Amino acid sequence: MKLLFEKSVSGRTGVLPGPSDVPTGVHIREDRLREQSAEMPELSELDVIRHFTELSRRNFGVDTNFYPLGSCTMKYNPKVSERIAGYPGLAHLHPLLPQLRRGGMLTQGALAILYDMDLLLREITGMAGFTMQPLAGAHGELTGMMIMAAYHRDKGNKKSIVLAPDSAHGTNPASAAIAGYRVVSIPSTDNGDMDLDALKREINDQVAGIMLTCPSTLGLFDSHIQEICDLVHSVDGLAYYDGANLNAIVGKARPGDFGFDIVHLNLHKTFATPHGGGGPGAGPVGVKEKLLPYLPISIVVKRNDGTFALEYDRPKSIGYIAPFYGNFGIVVRAYAYILMLGKAGLRHVAETAVLNANYLRAKLRPYYQPAVDRVCMHECVFTTTEKMAANGVHALDIAKALIDRGFHPPTVYFPITVKEAIMIEPTETESKETLDAFIEAMIEIARLAEDEPEKLKTAPTTTPVSRPDEVAAAKNLNIACL
Amino acid sequence: MAVSQGLLYTRDHEWAKVEGDTATVGITDYAQEQLGELVFVELPKVGKDFGVHKELAVVESSKAASDVYCPVAGKVAAVNAELEAKPELINEDCYGRGWICKLKVTDQKSLQNLMDAAKYEEYLKTL
Repeated sequence: MKLLFEKSVSGRTGVLPGPSDVPTGVHIREDRLREQSAEMPELSELDVIRHFTELSRRNFGVDTNFYPLGSCTMKYNPKVSERIAGYPGLAHLHPLLPQLRRGGMLTQGALAILYDMDLLLREITGMAGFTMQPLAGAHGELTGMMIMAAYHRDKGNKKSIVLAPDSAHGTNPASAAIAGYRVVSIPSTDNGDMDLDALKREINDQVAGIMLTCPSTLGLFDSHIQEICDLVHSVDGLAYYDGANLNAIVGKARPGDFGFDIVHLNLHKTFATPHGGGGPGAGPVGVKEKLLPYLPISIVVKRNDGTFALEYDRPKSIGYIAPFYGNFGIVVRAYAYILMLGKAGLRHVAETAVLNANYLRAKLRPYYQPAVDRVCMHECVFTTTEKMAANGVHALDIAKALIDRGFHPPTVYFPITVKEAIMIEPTETESKETLDAFIEAMIEIARLAEDEPEKLKTAPTTTPVSRPDEVAAAKNLNIACL
Repeated sequence: MAVSQGLLYTRDHEWAKVEGDTATVGITDYAQEQLGELVFVELPKVGKDFGVHKELAVVESSKAASDVYCPVAGKVAAVNAELEAKPELINEDCYGRGWICKLKVTDQKSLQNLMDAAKYEEYLKTL
């Protein structure tokens, strides 16, 4: 496909500007003028429309196809949430308004949403209070780690270590490290749980806390979750719950009840807001009572007269972590989603997410090697069979072959504790028909991988680009075009 | 999966070649195979001391970034600077031109916990 610049025809234009009502002519010093005019594409309106429409048709998203990208939870985002977030009264609010004199009274609705969302998330997670400010899950992690550090500093605790399982999201150790902690990795046992003996060996006075995703990145609920929290608490450490996989237990179990002190939630994963990366994210952080003073400013409070206000006078707060109030529009979408579904609906989300994942797991188990052969939560992890490996077939080849069959590939090579990992997360929003079509494609690919592996090596053949050279892209980074 | 005779191995797939009080260190064929083609190697600083299992270097492929743990206690005497421009040397010749650094061994006892080639081969079969 040609670039706009390549389609440019000298003198062609898409608009006819009206006569200028300001003085014309060049009033810039001669030596400051560029020698040649800037290169701009010259195109008609139709050229531009066709160009971008063509590009948009090459998009792949959950609105076009099944997208079982494990760990990412590519669930469908209901369009009604978009519509609500787009209401002019919400979308056009100026973020400075509540800080202006009497502006607070003009923003009561927005403040009420933030206040109410806090209450809803408390109820869902079993925590004592939330900040909506973190702009993504990983930002929530860093906020949580800063709260952990503030707590220990305030108590006079001298602690330097944060524990994390070897199956953790890479952002966990990164967030702890940025907050100034040294990270010690705890191995997993063969059944996917944390190795409790290894944990006991690492528990000492230096331990500030543990970061844990539950269900884990293997899609498994750790059978010792309570014991892990108790062990960390025994040295005045804090238990941090990475809420990346809350969608598997929402409405069913609450991290606050397991003993977790800090949680972050990825609103896109559990509450169906658009994903980060491409759009704004939100990673609200909730804490137990003893950590409330350290939450970032500002916090929405309800006054005695029933009106809402922003509170800034919080001397122990870790301070500002984001401009204004976080990604408000995302919080609105999640708020609408929670209210639409209600308690029964949210439970149904968790039940269906787990049922769908286990349906895939049971159907694919005869054809691929399960990483851990037990009932899973919201996602399941497979690896290649011995025969596939002997044929030189990698997880990447299976992923690429799925593209030709109209599916987004599952996550591959994560978690890093599983070699040739293929991590499938169907989510609750997919029908049995879609899952069956995916299963059929996976079985066909498994047969090819065992009997005609060479047929997988050239996949995908139906895309504009087949296999980008990932190594060259990483090694010879060319950002001159930006 | 190639295992080179005469070298010592860790469970994390590093190798050490011990000559007198110098140990040359790299990652094994199994490790490079699992990582896939490398795109970046972060080398340790010459003169720096490392204890056993401390993070000595980082190797990165398009799949993952991994720490290389120090197999023996020692001080970095030399690094393979050629890897900075050509990390793929580790994929092509992990026991030879793909060496990562040379350590002056400061604690001979730290060698005792390493596996010989036969033991490492046994270990690989369990993975």
